[in-house]
Amino acid sequence: MPDITQKVSIQVRVNGKPHSRAVEPRCLLVEFLREDLELTGTHIGCDTTYCGACTVLMNGAAVKSCTVFAVQADGAEITTVEGLERDGELHPIQKAFGDCYGLQCGYCTPGLMLSALQLLKDNLSPNQKQIRKAIAGNTCRCTGYQNIFKAIETAATKMRSAGHGD
Amino acid sequence: MYPQAFTYHRASSLKEAASLLSQLGEGGKLLAGGQSLIPLMKLRFANPAHLVDLNFVDGISYVQQKNDALHFGALARHAGIEKSPTAAKIPILHDCAAGIADVQVRNRGTIGGSLAEADPSGDWGTVLLTLSCEVRCIGVTGERSLKLSEFLKDAYTTALASDELVSEVVVKVPPENSGGAYIAFKRAAPVYPTASAAVQLSLEGDRCREIAIALGCVGLLPIRVREGESLLRGQQITPKLIESAAEAARAASDPQPDMRGSADYKRQLVGALVKRATEAALQRARGQQVEVSHIYA
Repeated sequence: MPDITQKVSIQVRVNGKPHSRAVEPRCLLVEFLREDLELTGTHIGCDTTYCGACTVLMNGAAVKSCTVFAVQADGAEITTVEGLERDGELHPIQKAFGDCYGLQCGYCTPGLMLSALQLLKDNLSPNQKQIRKAIAGNTCRCTGYQNIFKAIETAATKMRSAGHGD
Repeated sequence: MYPQAFTYHRASSLKEAASLLSQLGEGGKLLAGGQSLIPLMKLRFANPAHLVDLNFVDGISYVQQKNDALHFGALARHAGIEKSPTAAKIPILHDCAAGIADVQVRNRGTIGGSLAEADPSGDWGTVLLTLSCEVRCIGVTGERSLKLSEFLKDAYTTALASDELVSEVVVKVPPENSGGAYIAFKRAAPVYPTASAAVQLSLEGDRCREIAIALGCVGLLPIRVREGESLLRGQQITPKLIESAAEAARAASDPQPDMRGSADYKRQLVGALVKRATEAALQRARGQQVEVSHIYA
């Protein structure tokens, strides 16, 4: 039987960059991202699988990284908010959140943008209902979501006209 | 929040997972989607010494039709079922899969894990109880198949032995002129429903040939509303009969008061959900396209 504190080696690509680390089995993906890789854009809100502040993409699918162990991400491709901008250019989703005032304090914003990204990867013309469903797992406690809906619609329009693949 | 430290085991097959469970004894737990287990571990309500991870087992998240039945691999994720054209052949399954929690949880959570956890507030048990459903289980000594009603024993309790796990869920495709609907009432997407109702029926001409009504979150197990079913079986379904079935559902429910509402409130609610689900099931059985989604407070 292995020692209870024995670490497990994992290899993860985060925002395109490969990382090899040994992690404790109980280390959560969000802690691995924030503390081992120092990617602190992914936030911890409720820490109970409710608020979605810790949302990242794991192999293209939005997950709450407070509810996935880092060892489960072995071999996976992770996208965090830090991976959205390209060559100093903000991603259309980031730009739209700013332009539409889709945030106040910004705490929930990284998670919301990753949920929006999962939606727009498959559907560049989402209707209001689809947008609501896509971000139902992300809680914003500052505002009333209206500007967030506008931001996602605006990003969709931009990405449609730019022929955006991601 | 950190769970208590544990040893991590990665199974490469269901058989290996069963043999690991058998070796590890009481301290071993399976990790499927983890959307209930990981929060429980973080809150230290569950403190397994060993986790056996099923997520690296290949080929167990399928949704396929074989003859007259749909087969779901133990690790079929809710999101996979939601998007599956095969699963959509039984619309009540789509209602269920598409409404569980939120996108992130549906991307991880699995049908096998949900049934094996047997949470009284879970969605799958209630829905699958209205269909002909078998749960295939695998252990070190072999495999067996149980009817869902035999599989679910009590709240958080199934017929699974400690070294056994769910390998597949098999659901028979209902006959022609069938329709079903599942409606859950929730305070917000990520939370468990306050109450839910599943109705699956088939028609012969304009009469109800068969019907199953099940309630969720209002008892330790999903509750079949036998009395309400017998009121409708063989009859032409009228609004008055639907009201009687809803009344029977209120009587059959056994809700606990909690932060989601009083027992009386939940009893009223579950009756209303049966009414709506029956109406939608009836329309679907008549071949109409009806979109059903969970209701948010």
